[in-house]
Amino acid sequence: MARHFRAGAAGLAVLGLTLTACGGAKVGDDSAAGSGSSGKCGTFNLAINPWVGYEANAAVLAYVAEHDLGCKVEQKDLKEEIAWQGFGTGEVDAVVENWGHDDLKKKYITDQKTAVDAGPTGNKGLIGWYVPPWLAKAHPDITDWNNLNKYASKFKTSESGGKGQLLDGDPSFVTNDEALVKNLKLDFKVVYAGSETALIQAYRNAEKNKQWVIGYFYEPQWFMSEVPLKKVSLPEYKEGCDADAEKVACDYPVYELDKIVSAKFAKSGSPAYDLVKNFTWTNEDQNTVAKYIAVDKMAPEAAAKKWVEANRGKVDAWIK
Amino acid sequence: MTVAVHKTQRPERTGSEEPPAPARRARTVSRSVIVAGILVVWLVLFAVLRGKQTLSLAAADLTDLHRWFNDVNDSIGANRNSNPLFLYFFNEIRLVIDTLVTFVQELISQPPAGRPVPQIGWLGVVGIVGYVSWALGNWRVALLAVAGFTFLGLQGLWQESMDTLALTLSAVCVALLFALPLGVWAGLSDRVNRIVTPFLDFMQTMPTFVYLAPLTLFFLIGPASATIATAIYAAPPAIRITAHAIRSVPETTVEAADSMGATRRQALLKVLLPMSKRTVVMGVNQTIMAALAMVTIAALINAPGLGATVVQALQSLDVGTAFNAGLAIVVMAIVLDRVTTAASVRADTARGSDSPFLKWRRHLVVAQGVVAAVLVYLSRTYLWAAEFPGEGGTGSTIAKAATDVTTWAQDNLSGLTNAFRDALTNGLLNPFQTLLTDSPWWLVGAALVALGTVLGGWRAGATSAVCVGLLIGTGVWSDAMTTLASTTVATVLVMLLGVVLGVWMGRSALVDRLLRPSLDAAQVMPPFVYLVPFLALFGATRFTAIVAAIVYAAPVAIKIIADGVRAVPGTTVEAAMSTGCNTWQIITKVQLPMARGALTLATNQGLIYVLSMVVVGGLVGAGALGYDVVAGFSQGQLYGKGLAAGLAIVLLGVMFDRITQAAARRAGA
Repeated sequence: MARHFRAGAAGLAVLGLTLTACGGAKVGDDSAAGSGSSGKCGTFNLAINPWVGYEANAAVLAYVAEHDLGCKVEQKDLKEEIAWQGFGTGEVDAVVENWGHDDLKKKYITDQKTAVDAGPTGNKGLIGWYVPPWLAKAHPDITDWNNLNKYASKFKTSESGGKGQLLDGDPSFVTNDEALVKNLKLDFKVVYAGSETALIQAYRNAEKNKQWVIGYFYEPQWFMSEVPLKKVSLPEYKEGCDADAEKVACDYPVYELDKIVSAKFAKSGSPAYDLVKNFTWTNEDQNTVAKYIAVDKMAPEAAAKKWVEANRGKVDAWIK
Repeated sequence: MTVAVHKTQRPERTGSEEPPAPARRARTVSRSVIVAGILVVWLVLFAVLRGKQTLSLAAADLTDLHRWFNDVNDSIGANRNSNPLFLYFFNEIRLVIDTLVTFVQELISQPPAGRPVPQIGWLGVVGIVGYVSWALGNWRVALLAVAGFTFLGLQGLWQESMDTLALTLSAVCVALLFALPLGVWAGLSDRVNRIVTPFLDFMQTMPTFVYLAPLTLFFLIGPASATIATAIYAAPPAIRITAHAIRSVPETTVEAADSMGATRRQALLKVLLPMSKRTVVMGVNQTIMAALAMVTIAALINAPGLGATVVQALQSLDVGTAFNAGLAIVVMAIVLDRVTTAASVRADTARGSDSPFLKWRRHLVVAQGVVAAVLVYLSRTYLWAAEFPGEGGTGSTIAKAATDVTTWAQDNLSGLTNAFRDALTNGLLNPFQTLLTDSPWWLVGAALVALGTVLGGWRAGATSAVCVGLLIGTGVWSDAMTTLASTTVATVLVMLLGVVLGVWMGRSALVDRLLRPSLDAAQVMPPFVYLVPFLALFGATRFTAIVAAIVYAAPVAIKIIADGVRAVPGTTVEAAMSTGCNTWQIITKVQLPMARGALTLATNQGLIYVLSMVVVGGLVGAGALGYDVVAGFSQGQLYGKGLAAGLAIVLLGVMFDRITQAAARRAGA
């Protein structure tokens, strides 16, 4: 009997649903809006490398490409190495914040000729050793590498085997730190945190609980607007002082961050290519958008919209 | 990450065997004396030879093998567009799988050309899910499934969830297409089984990070690569369990069929397959679970869905959002698990039952089918039924609560956790790691082989010798020893937890019911979600990696031990009670010794699960092999080293699997 009843109830429910449903908006009523963006731009395949600064560049470029040029933007979440691989196979059109990566440039630009340089993003990339602000304030001389050994014992952790700990981050970061420690005769051991997340969390804890932490970090970075880390000065960088990876004893160079596009995309005549090529902005610009995304938790698209609307002049210069 | 599921079938059998004979005890004692002897010799030699011949390799250094792997990788990449193997083989496979995934995605998650929304909207999907789970299972799981899927929408993650579901379903389909026939074959032929097993071990212990980059080389970036990566990882449980199911059909039944003149084909189709249906469905269940476990990893090569949300949230350390997406994965896993489990029970009971309401059921199936069809129609036609209504407010509430809890824990517990970490690291981990990494390689190798032989017999000893030799060949010996130290400590802690909680669960049905859902959730929740809170509590250290491994591995050990304890016959326990044993004595003198088989099995599974977390550990400061693998995935020139490190993890896994399995057989025999 119960089953009988249930079947009946289900039937009634269906009937009810069909009747009440007739009032709703139908699928396809406004479908014209969706297919409006089919200009001459076509599809623009944009790689998204996994850090927030990159996401800021990409969000703004994607927003402009979509709204001003009418492109269909495909954003693809990929690590650098895989994104570069995609140039050759036509799966990726552009990488819009590249840090050095001379090995990849040699492989894909010089040897395979599947990628080309699309000029600087205007961002200056700083790599170096940083300490939390409280530490720089309490011991101002710590920002000079000559004094690091004096404090080495303070940086000891359970991981550093009796020496001071120098925390390094994600394996895809460019780093000379092991050679630096050796060649500058520092009483430190490089410990690999393994990810940017781990690095940021370490600095966040250190600032909050007044712990001793020194490690690898870089700018531009959204985290700087939460905790403005202080850079430790290493022996000054001079052209060629990092030529031999074993013998490096100088600071990192200032990187001109640049954009790489696939060779095919560069020749395609797509307005998206001109946009990528003309795109430049400053570290402050990027930090602003990155902060919208990471700290204010805005969706990348909303963050890009907010910045673009406030900086129309800059954007117009890219697409003129 | 679900390694060697077929082994979990064993505790019921080994657990109930009586430990006979004082003679055996004499042998065990002498064995532990030998083990102690080996350790003493090792310690003495270590004291003398410390720091010599340790085969250590700096982070950026490479061996010839690593360079060779790099060259192979590069030449594949360079020749990809001219090589016929690519043009006519890999590209074709890619095309087929791409078409499949795109089809499923357009059905439920992505708008196809010319439509603003997918073919079937949320109401239709919920309707189908409810209908299918009712038809395959029962109305209780149908209710759970409908509630679960609606919850996904309330979390504000409807589209992400459907992307994940589409990818999971496609990967499971592809995996089963190969896994079921292969499993049947392995079930019928011992030789095939012997050949297939090492490959399955390899597929399950090789860290997925290692083959993600090559896969994108073969199958390009996109859904095809993500699906294939997931299918490779998810197929082994189905193969193993299917083979096991065919094997467990009673000998007499097969003989009866033979005597009635059934051909091989008839015996297979009419006897073996129907009788093993239930277990095969469990294999499908395990494959689905394994596929879901790959969701976050596959996001690293642009697989859309919940994994992408988790990974993105991690970049800005947004614990709340990551947890919300992780919870959606857990919910989906629970729904799919319960539905397939119910389906396997139904497969068992439906067979041969001729009850009167079978007829009624048929009518109901049709009626419910009509309901589902109407819901699908509505969701195709009306926007309110196509797009999940509301803003996903539940999701932001969950995210906020998760953030608050983590912040509280970080603020209030970090002093305590740091003290605990330092005590354990300095007291146990560091000395042990020093012993392994600072002893000469031949000493550690000899000790491993000797221990393997004493604990597991000659064959296990021989396997250890081969594995040690190959480990040296990988060129990452020193890193392997560092990893070995952390994983051993993690396994010891897993076993401690396993014994305490497992015994408690085994002795009380109530505790079991209360704990089991959390254990399930801990196994399915993507580790990426709890990395940030753990980093806050324990810093970027090896210990953080150990804690993460425990969260993932302990549930398996606990469940196996609980089953083992429960399998101890009630009469034995009563007899012990009547002789005046107190609870402590019953546990230590009766229940644990009798569950010895389960304990060894739990060690085996615990260790292998811990090993599968090595790469995740590399992301939070464990260094060593885990870091090498991640580095190989991130940097071209370290690709070969990452591959070698992946192989080293497999070798460690194989070595311990063989030793503990052999030891388990001895304990059970």
